[in-house]
This record gives sequence, C-alpha cells and structure tokens, in this order.
Amino acid sequence: MAKLKIALYWAASCGGCDIATLAIGEKILKLAEAADIVFWPIAMDFKYADLEKMPDKSIDACLFNGAIRTSENEHVAKLLRAKSKIMIAYGSCAYEGCIPGLSNFYNRQMTFDRAYIETPSTDNPQKVFPQTKVQVPEGELEIPEFYDTVKTLAQTVDVDYFVPGCPPEEKTTWLALEALIEGKLPPKGTVISHSIKAVCDECPRKREEKKIKKFYRPYEIIPDPEKCLLDLGLLCYGIATRGGCGALCPQANMPCTGCYGPVDGVVDQGAHFLSALSSIIDSNDPEEIQRIIDDIPDPAGTFYRYSLPDSLLRRARIK
Amino acid sequence: MDNFEPKIVAFCCNWCAYAGADLAGTSRRRYAPNIRIIRVMCTGRVSPLFVLKALSIGADGVLVLGCHPGDCHYMEGNYKTMRRIPLLKKMLKQLGIEEERVRLEWVSASEGSKFAEVANNFTQAIRDLGPSSLRPSKRNSEEAKHG
Amino acid sequence: MKKIMIDPITRLEGHGKIAIFLNDDGSVANVYFQVPELRGFEKFSEGRPAEDMPQITQRICGVCPEAHHVASTKALDALFHVEPTSTAKKLRELLYSSFYVTDHTTHFYILAAPDFVMGPDAPPAERNILGVIAKVGLELGGAVIRTRHENHWVIQTIGGRPIHPCFGLPGGVSKAINEEERAKIEEIAKSSVEFGKLSLKVFDDVVLKNKEYLDMILSDTFTHRTYSMGLVDENNKVNFYDGKVRVVDPEGKEFIKYAPRDYLEHLAEHVEPWTYLKFPYLKKVGWKGFVDGKDSGVYRATPLSRLNAADGMATPLAQEEYEKMYSTLGGKPAHYTLATHWARLVELLYAAERMLELVRDPEITSTDIRNIPTATPDEGVGIVEAPRGTLTHHYITDERGIIKKCNLIVGTTNNYAAFYMSVKKAAEDLIKPGKEITEGLLNRIEMAWRPYDLCLACATHSLPGQLPLEVTIYDADGNEFTKLSQGIS
Repeated sequence: MAKLKIALYWAASCGGCDIATLAIGEKILKLAEAADIVFWPIAMDFKYADLEKMPDKSIDACLFNGAIRTSENEHVAKLLRAKSKIMIAYGSCAYEGCIPGLSNFYNRQMTFDRAYIETPSTDNPQKVFPQTKVQVPEGELEIPEFYDTVKTLAQTVDVDYFVPGCPPEEKTTWLALEALIEGKLPPKGTVISHSIKAVCDECPRKREEKKIKKFYRPYEIIPDPEKCLLDLGLLCYGIATRGGCGALCPQANMPCTGCYGPVDGVVDQGAHFLSALSSIIDSNDPEEIQRIIDDIPDPAGTFYRYSLPDSLLRRARIK
Repeated sequence: MDNFEPKIVAFCCNWCAYAGADLAGTSRRRYAPNIRIIRVMCTGRVSPLFVLKALSIGADGVLVLGCHPGDCHYMEGNYKTMRRIPLLKKMLKQLGIEEERVRLEWVSASEGSKFAEVANNFTQAIRDLGPSSLRPSKRNSEEAKHG
Repeated sequence: MKKIMIDPITRLEGHGKIAIFLNDDGSVANVYFQVPELRGFEKFSEGRPAEDMPQITQRICGVCPEAHHVASTKALDALFHVEPTSTAKKLRELLYSSFYVTDHTTHFYILAAPDFVMGPDAPPAERNILGVIAKVGLELGGAVIRTRHENHWVIQTIGGRPIHPCFGLPGGVSKAINEEERAKIEEIAKSSVEFGKLSLKVFDDVVLKNKEYLDMILSDTFTHRTYSMGLVDENNKVNFYDGKVRVVDPEGKEFIKYAPRDYLEHLAEHVEPWTYLKFPYLKKVGWKGFVDGKDSGVYRATPLSRLNAADGMATPLAQEEYEKMYSTLGGKPAHYTLATHWARLVELLYAAERMLELVRDPEITSTDIRNIPTATPDEGVGIVEAPRGTLTHHYITDERGIIKKCNLIVGTTNNYAAFYMSVKKAAEDLIKPGKEITEGLLNRIEMAWRPYDLCLACATHSLPGQLPLEVTIYDADGNEFTKLSQGIS
C-alpha cells in the first residue's frame, strides 16, 4: 500500500502543537513507516515554493495548527486546503483561536500603540513603523498584513476534523494519527478525543454539593488535595470542558482552564461555563450575589481564555 | 441616528411575564412595537447563550422578564436567573457591549401596566444608546454569516 | 536587481524569511532577515489576573513554555512581594533543569544535527530527524526519543502537564512530589547525565573530527565579536533559574551586572520597517547599526554567550567539558557562532547534573511548597535564562493584581541583530559571482542562524507600533526616575 502523504503546518502558533506531535515518542517511527511527511517547517526543509508545486489534493492529510492572524496565515491555510484531501484543525488555536484569540479584546491599532508608544524599552526616535511593503535601496520587501481580528481555521477554510487541546495530550494526538494511518476516520466534523463528556468525568477529586459563597483566586488558598476544586471556590473550568486530557491540571492542584474546548454540542464554551458557574452561587440576595460576582476579576478573559474567536460574539467591540 | 428604531428581544416566562404581557394587550395598554416576545416556560431556561445569540444577530437590547423572587412556578428558576444576568452583564461590558443593553425585571401575571412601562422605558433607553455595534450592517458581512 | 527568497526558513521554532539581493554580476548587494509573524501578548495581557500570566505567557512558545512559565512565576513573586519556600524554589529549578535537557536535545538532534549528520547539501527529503535516525541507527535515535519522553514525564510530574505546565504560583508551586516520583526522577536524571556525555561524544565524532566542519566553525565567515550576556549565580557560574544578568565585552571583561528590576537601565530596542521584530541593544554602548565589536551595542545571549559571560559551570562534568571547549577554540571568550552548538551540549550536561543534585536534595519531597501572599501587588520583574537567551517578564498591576501593563524581552529577541548579521555575512562570503546558487548553498546560509536556536514565536510575542514614543527610565529600586517622550501632547 502506498505511503500516505501528510503535511504539518503552523500559523499563529506557539509551536507547542508541533512538540505535541513529537510527544508521541517512539510512535513517531510508526508514523514514519506509514506516511511521508512532505511539509513540516519545524523539522524539514521544504519551502513554500515546494508546496506551491504540489498538485491539488496530492496531500492525503494536513495537520494544521495555529490561528489565522495574518495574511500569510490565511494564504497558506487556503493553499494547504487546496493541496490536501483532508484538513485537520490540530490544537486549540486552529480549533477555537486559543490564547492568540485573546487579542480579539483589542485591535491592531491598540496592539501597535502598546509596542511602540508605551513599552518602556522601545527606542524609536525616527518614528519607524513596520509596513507591509517597504522600499529599500535594493528593491522591495514585504511582510504580511496583521488583521484586526483573529480567526479560527474553520472560519477560513473547510475543515474535516478537529483535535482539541492546548496542546492535545499524547493520547489524543495518537487517537487522531492512528485513525488516519488505519483509514478509520470518524464522520466529518468530529472533534477527536477519548471523551465527549466534561473533564469532571475523568477527575479523581471528590464532588459534593456545590454552594459557593465566595470565589477564590488560586494564590489565595491551598486547596484540599481530595476535594473538587470548584466546590472549594476556585474557578475550575472542568465542568464545561471536554475531557480526554486525563484531568491533569486538577491533579496538579490547579483549576482546569478549559483548553480542550467545549463538550459535544455546545456552541459557545464561555456562555456555557458562565451559566453553570452562576447556578452554583449560593445566594438569592442581589447585593450578596453582586459581591460574589465581584470575586471573579476577569469573566470574559477566564471564560473565553481559549475560545474567543470561536464564540458567538467572536471579539470585543471597540468604540 | 434619525429613524433608529431599536430591535428588542424580550424573553418572557410563561407563568408571569408572558401573562403580564397578555394582560397589557387585553387592557389596551399601548407599548412599543419594537418588542419581539419569546415565550419560555421559566427565565431559568434563558441561557446566557440566548442573550448572546440575540445580540449577535442584531438585537439592540434584550429583556429577560420573569416571576418575582419567591413566586417562581418552578421554585428556584428565577434565582438562577438572578445570578446569571449580572455576571453576563459584567462579561458583556468587557466585550464592549454596554451593560444597559440587557435588563432583568420581574413582572407578574397581574402587572399588565408594569409590562408596558418596562417595554416603553427600555425601548427609549436603547433608542438613546443607539444601535448595537453588532448589527449586521455595522459589521463586515463575513462576520454576519456565522452560524 | 535580482532577489532570492529563502521562505520560510526551516528547522527552527517560528516564522522567518531571508531576502538576498544580488547585483548584476552575481555578488550580494544586501541581505534582510525578516520576521513576518507576531501575536500581541503585551497588549492582550492587559486586564488579565496576574496569576494567570504563567499560563498565558507560556503560550508565547510551546517549545520553551517552561521558560515563560517560570520567568512569569518569578515576576509574580516580585509583584506580590512574597518569597517562595525553599522547596518550591528547588522544585521549580528541578523542573527547569529537566526542561533544559529536553529542549537542548530537541534543538541539537532534531533542528541542528541534520546539517552535520546528513551534510549541508543532502536532499531536503533526507536532511531531517528521520534521516538522522536512519543514518545513526535506532540505538542513538531511540536514546534521543527516550530522553525527551522521560523528561517530559518529569515536567508533567512536577509541573502538571508535559507541555504547558500549570504549577507556578506567587510564593511557591501548586504540587509537591512524593518519594516514588522522586526516585523515578533520579533514575531519569542519571540517564540524562549519560545522555549528555553521549551527545558531547557524538558532537566530537560527527563534527569536531570532520575537518570540513571544524574549518567552518573556526572560519571568519561564521564569526562575530560581540558582547555576551547570561545569568550567573553568586559565584559567577552559569545558572538558568536565578541570579544576576552579567554582560562581558568582546574581550571577556565584565561590562555590566544587574538585578532583574534594573533591566530598563541597560536594554533598549531598535526598530526597522521591514520586520515585525525589534532589535535590543546595550544602552550604555548605544545602537551603531548592524555591526559587531566593542563600540556596538549589539550583544548575544546564547548558550555560547552564557558560557562566555560566566566564570565556569557549577557542576564537575560540565566544567570539564567547558574547559575542553575553550581550550579547543583558543580561549575565552569564543565568538565562533557555530560553536554555540557545542556550548549547548555542555549546558545539556550541566542541566542533567543539576537535575541530579536537586533531586537528591533532602528537601525536595517536602510538602512545604507555598507561601500565601499578603501584600498588595504592584510591580514585579522576573528573569530566567531561556534556552535561547535571557528572558525578562515585567508586570504592573492594580491593587487587585489585574495586569495594567506588561513588558517582555524574550530570549531570541536579544539575538536578532546578531543572527541577522551572521546570515548576512554568510551570504556575502558564500555567494560569489559565477558560482551556482544551489539549495545546499542556501542551506549553508541558513546554518548561520541555526546555532541561535531561533524561537521566533517567542521573539514576536508583541507587535511593533508607531510613533509617538515615550520612554520611562526606572532607578535601581524600581521607581520611575524620568520619562522622555516625543510626539505625545
């Protein structure tokens, strides 16, 4: 049987998803047996010119990580979509925007102003400003356009599968790769994980009735090692996050932050968490409720930590 | 802002607020035609998602109207709403949506006048605030297409 | 004029491209190293609770998230005016040492070694880790995979997750380790020490004993004489986790030494319009352009620079290798860019030895891992050595600990001017009129930046903006000393 041809690419990404691919350890050799990697900038010297020469649909599958932040990210996403039979949004950035998505609280101008006007270490007496096209004595140079709004991969091209996580844990990655190698992929549009339920399902901590009189910031308390972190008043996102990661963070005594994205069927992860969290506030008095809500310093940033571009509103509105 | 007529979505609970709206109607109480009523069995059913969806598809304001605390037909439903809406408003503010675009009020089945008053009052407040920045005509058409 | 593009550069972390302009006669007119990416961390951190910063900023880089996580956690200690417990510090440094083993292994074997093991001119389809494993054999290949895998297990055990850990808090760490975990980490540390020794032997066999490569290393084409920066402990030995930042001049004399909170006195960033990344330089020397030498503020913060800036290594085997390296290179400081690969392996060995020291410390399994902060947060700076260079996190918050301002100077950013210069010089020396420009030749030009172990996602966390400009200078106590501005009314 002919070897599969696969490509791996990173858009606005941190590289963690590429490291996550390597985290499969010795299984990388099984992957190498079954597939030829035809494009993978972190590890291989194929250039864009090589990619452009490939015939359409000649790549069997592309694992695309990273959010769509610049015109270059968008261009390569479309190029890879044309060249690939299957497009997989690998990791939270491609799936829902992830941390780069937090930039959607601001816009390009505000981000620009911070780096040149405000950052204390910047020295710019010539008042230089990076341009998408620059004339230098020898000719012209280009850099990509930085968009106002971060988008997910699915908001840019048609996506076949999603692999959740920031980054996906080893077993989640292998679940997807094994399905690919054996030709046993699930229905189109599936979010590939071992679980369709919330993280709580995998978490060993003991859950009791949730009645919150106060929310705590993680540095304020040392949590009981056995009890549910949400019961203790920490903002644990496990109740509104897809499992499959093994509930690693709660086992390290830190609340889940939601990186595996929403559970099956949920359209807006942040709204889902907001709703559940509000339900467990233990008060019917408007003033007390307000006090308890004040314990949550950054609702939008906490609830949409990884999913702002993929939320219903997608970004904050700037006046 | 000439001729700006707000589009308001009002989630009304079946047992109290919806009945109150009915009463306003049968009592010939005039209230702003800007209100689009959606009947739910209880305001406890109103997920923050509904409010966000309404705003994202172009509602300039969203009302959530239910039974007075203590009178909920399902005992606890409106208590949940009492906790959700303030937190939602705090989050909306961070997202650049004025908190005043979402309002929670208690309207009983016998309060036809109150229903009309709330409807008119809120419509005027939104008229003063101006169109929501989420209105499809104010965003680029690409964002307007999301499902 | 003809323009050749190397796009994208490969075998690194992040996005970059190189534009080479050729005169009509085929000689190089100029070279530009452009960084086309950025995401905006310094802006979107505003409004976030400070304790979320270790987990937010570590997504600047998934190859070195531990560096950001730990630098951020140290900034939180300073911000909340809370001292971590002794065990917490040791756990942080233990995780950090283990991380160095994985990261330096990743760089040497996966990113750099293909050039030396397969050869600079090997076809791209073979010039990668899979080609290396096929050539050197499964035993060494397996050792590479195993060392990385085992140390990621250590990171997960101490830090919560193998990539993007979650354990950092102001005043300590979230999780202790038990004796069973400790014993397993000790076994992994021992294997890592052996692996470190093995890697240095591989370097010796594959690179140093190959005359072509040794000539390349010592050649003028791949040499620049710059200032060197690195974190040192109280004995002026290399330390990745804590200490003061020391900079030595091109002759090796100490130039400055500063505590984290004084970084703004010493570093500034220059801007060019054809790239999103800024060029840091030493303020006390000044920006003189893309030139090296004692009168230029260009400095390097790489493994070789760290070894140049220190007086030695704090562990015995690494110290031996340190001495052997400098003896071969003709003394300290060494300015041969390609020798950075060697220095990196010396650091790998040190990291493994340090791991072994820390895991054997009797305090390491203590459960006293957190001090709860009581002071009101305001401002804090945390510095660590990221594998690619000195990493600085600086936060200012309101009284609730919500970030108002954030400034980051990241490992690779320190080196931008230097690696640009390295690439330019290599292009100018290797491209000659009449000589065919093969893929292998272009790869040799890329070999000029690879020793820097680029992490361009790190470097471009932030986004360059525009005028007007305001510069704030802080005194040694972190108080605002003066503010200069242009174009702001």
